[in-house]
Amino acid sequence: MSVGGGTVGGMTRIDKKPGGVSTAVSVRGLVKHYGETKALDGVDLEVREGTVMGVLGPNGAGKTTLVRILSTLLAPDSGEAVVAGYDVVRQPRQLRRVIGLTGQYASVDEKLPGWENLYLIGRLLDLPQKDARARADELLERFSLTEAARRPASTYSGGMRRRLDLAASMIGRPAVLFLDEPTTGLDPRTRNEVWDEVKTMVGDGVTVLLTTQYMEEAEQLASELTVVDRGKVIAGGGIEELKAKVGGRTLRIRPADALQLRPLAGYLDDLGITGLATTTVDTETGTLLVPVLSDEQLTAIVGAVTAQGVTLASITTELPSLDEVFLSLTGHRASAPRDPAPTDAREEVAV
Amino acid sequence: MSATTTAVPTDDARISLRAHLRHTGALVRRNLLWIRQDPESMADALLMPVIFTLLFVFVFGGSIGQALGGGQDQYVQYVIPGMIAMMSMTLSQGVGTGFSQDFNSGVMDRFRSLPIGRGSVLFAKISVELLRMLFATTVLMIVSVLVGFDITNWPGLFATVALSTAFASSIMWVFLTLGVIMKNAQSVQAMGFLVLFPLQFGSSIFAPTTSMPGWLQAFTDYNPLSTLADAARGLMVGGPVAHDLWVTLGWSVAITAVMAPVAIHKFRTKS
Repeated sequence: MSVGGGTVGGMTRIDKKPGGVSTAVSVRGLVKHYGETKALDGVDLEVREGTVMGVLGPNGAGKTTLVRILSTLLAPDSGEAVVAGYDVVRQPRQLRRVIGLTGQYASVDEKLPGWENLYLIGRLLDLPQKDARARADELLERFSLTEAARRPASTYSGGMRRRLDLAASMIGRPAVLFLDEPTTGLDPRTRNEVWDEVKTMVGDGVTVLLTTQYMEEAEQLASELTVVDRGKVIAGGGIEELKAKVGGRTLRIRPADALQLRPLAGYLDDLGITGLATTTVDTETGTLLVPVLSDEQLTAIVGAVTAQGVTLASITTELPSLDEVFLSLTGHRASAPRDPAPTDAREEVAV
Repeated sequence: MSATTTAVPTDDARISLRAHLRHTGALVRRNLLWIRQDPESMADALLMPVIFTLLFVFVFGGSIGQALGGGQDQYVQYVIPGMIAMMSMTLSQGVGTGFSQDFNSGVMDRFRSLPIGRGSVLFAKISVELLRMLFATTVLMIVSVLVGFDITNWPGLFATVALSTAFASSIMWVFLTLGVIMKNAQSVQAMGFLVLFPLQFGSSIFAPTTSMPGWLQAFTDYNPLSTLADAARGLMVGGPVAHDLWVTLGWSVAITAVMAPVAIHKFRTKS
């Protein structure tokens, strides 16, 4: 679908910033209260066209509320949000034509077969019958659901349902796609399947805003990250930038001989190429935990270890958990108890 | 992007009447497919007319028939038109429970994020429930003939079906509203029964109201289920029709005028 400007339905669509950079999603001072609870407390956010923005935060941070406002399901109390050039409050109908939404819970009709689900959405998006049929076939094929096309979605596995949900979001070839915790509740293998699908969709040039509770998911899919907590943006920027801010990755090295643990730790600390913190020894698992900030650093450390002639049994890198990210950004833990907002109540049970 | 598969909006801001009809049609198809996937969901529409007719005719028919100055046969002529009124209300409840299930499954979020008129989803639900009701009415008429009801006045029968359909489609807005505002299908059903029972039994559906206390008669006389049942009797069996017909139509128009906007508003603003 063309994202060009112009006057549509009597209202002008603003899709270029003065600088000339195309903005797919622009959020300014968004506020939403549920009674006493502030689900969103002045959120600012900018997503450039063709990029993937990850919104990272714990339960009740306001992620779902944000997605529901951006997809016109919920009206904000104040603030402004423009998606693909359309104002969420003033131009909801135009906006709905150019977005796709995959909610936290697979929002497919379980009683209908997969094919009928997609055909229905196609018809509701005003595709002629013939095109709606073709599009349903095409997307089932692409999301590897052709064999299950005629079975009710209730017989699908969790991963198949999510894939059907993603396919349904893609029917109208949206310019902006909202994915609200697309892999919450899925097992690791299925999660990887969904990630692959999302990556393919991004390859097609769709702008994606995805919410997640997992640093790993954000790193896999997003190019930029916004960290939210209690309805506020507490950090934002490129993934690498943010990772550096929170202490980057941890390299976990297990020498074949546990006796070499301590000498190796001392050697690496002396070299001075590790990240902010010093190397720690985990005697229980016989591993060495080395903080690294960049790929260069990682390569240098592995090179140094190999140069010492130490035989390695295993070597892995770990991302900081959401909890660690929060601890370093806010000084409090992500799981701090608070009253969930009504909409985010769903988030609570989804874990 | 190929031009053939792109949804090109002609008038972006407004949804044309044709588009509304097309969307409603697609959603009607969805609800009909539900029935095909789950034929058991038609059990109530099939069994209710059978069970209630047999129950009332054979359990109460003798004694109420005597009070009417006849017997069981007399009661059959009395109660069958009443059954049409009863079913119009009982089966209407289904729109509320079905709607509540949709909300809790998340599929409603998808519908509401699509560029379709909010009314389409509601109209489709009502259309399919009315089809179910017509099916139940057909079953009722077959059973009624088996227990000795005389269908002599076909135009009267069709007029009755039209009137009960009009009333049912108005009362469905009430149940749709309940379906939108209540937490789950069970609460909708429980609430539905609380509304249903006084209206059904505090009416002339099953027995004449003449022996009821005055205060209750004051209620039953303007209870739309009484007037619908009495209008149905007048149309199908004979007797005065006009007053009951107008009161029933008045109720239908009034309930629709008040509740349709409420239902659409609640649907639109539900978070």
